[in-house]
Amino acid sequence: MGLAGFFFYVFAAIMVASAFMVISARNPVHAVLFLILAFFNAAGLFVLLGAEFLAMMLVVVYVGAVMVLFLFVIMMLDVDFAELRAGFAQYLPVGVTIGGILALELILVLGSWALASGDALRVASPVPGDSDLTNTEALGRVLYTQYVYFFEGAGLILLVAMVGAITLTQREREGVRHQNIADQVARTPQTSIEIKQVGSGQSVFPSSGPAE
Amino acid sequence: MDVGLSHYLTVAAILFTLGVFGIFLNRKNVIVILMSVELMLLAVNINLVAFSSFLGDLTGQVFALLVLTVAAGEAAIGLAIVVVYFRNRGSIAVDDINAMKG
Repeated sequence: MGLAGFFFYVFAAIMVASAFMVISARNPVHAVLFLILAFFNAAGLFVLLGAEFLAMMLVVVYVGAVMVLFLFVIMMLDVDFAELRAGFAQYLPVGVTIGGILALELILVLGSWALASGDALRVASPVPGDSDLTNTEALGRVLYTQYVYFFEGAGLILLVAMVGAITLTQREREGVRHQNIADQVARTPQTSIEIKQVGSGQSVFPSSGPAE
Repeated sequence: MDVGLSHYLTVAAILFTLGVFGIFLNRKNVIVILMSVELMLLAVNINLVAFSSFLGDLTGQVFALLVLTVAAGEAAIGLAIVVVYFRNRGSIAVDDINAMKG
């Protein structure tokens, strides 16, 4: 077992353990922090697999953005999380049963997976042979040519998600002054300026005296 | 014992199962359910990247990137819905979310 094998087992063990803590932690803030640990270890596995770009994406996008979003929402909502854990033991047996069956099936099917060799193996976009091409560059060459429509579609999905999230959470509150652009544009000198003749020693304001 | 494709697939299978298990275990807490879905999507990503690496095919990594995008959008919209729901009802328990039930 080489160094790569050792690190595979380290990353995999920590990832599975922290994933278990995510679903069993009492405090949802702890669950988010364990999820961050799981994502870091998954990034380690991606590095072992030679997918450096995706590993960095996982750290930047997930740990940097999505998990912080989760933390914000958990801290913003004033929820009694202990109350939400009621029925935890009640759902345990059915969860263990279904999860066990699913794990057994997946491991039986995938664990004995073997790749076809030679001509049977059809590769859509092979990893370039020259070693001076980094993973990021190779991925970019495929992503911006062969899969450019998928890339544009992903951008569109993110745009729709952004617009949806903003329109969902935006609200009109009472007592808050908003900028009314139509009113601002419609202003004329007649509606905003008043010309007064001020005699010497007199004030513009009729009731009050001169400013002190 | 050398680390092969089946090792990665097994780890991803365990992770996916933990995600399913988490949904069953935390049936009342929407936020933990969303986190379990994130775990399942991570397992799918590990599968895609493992196949990509062992087949020498970059397509798997492209698709993992797309899954990452969809997962980020899903988390954003899901959390926005949770925030709006909490503002309207004062609760995020799954049992209370039945306003659209016929």
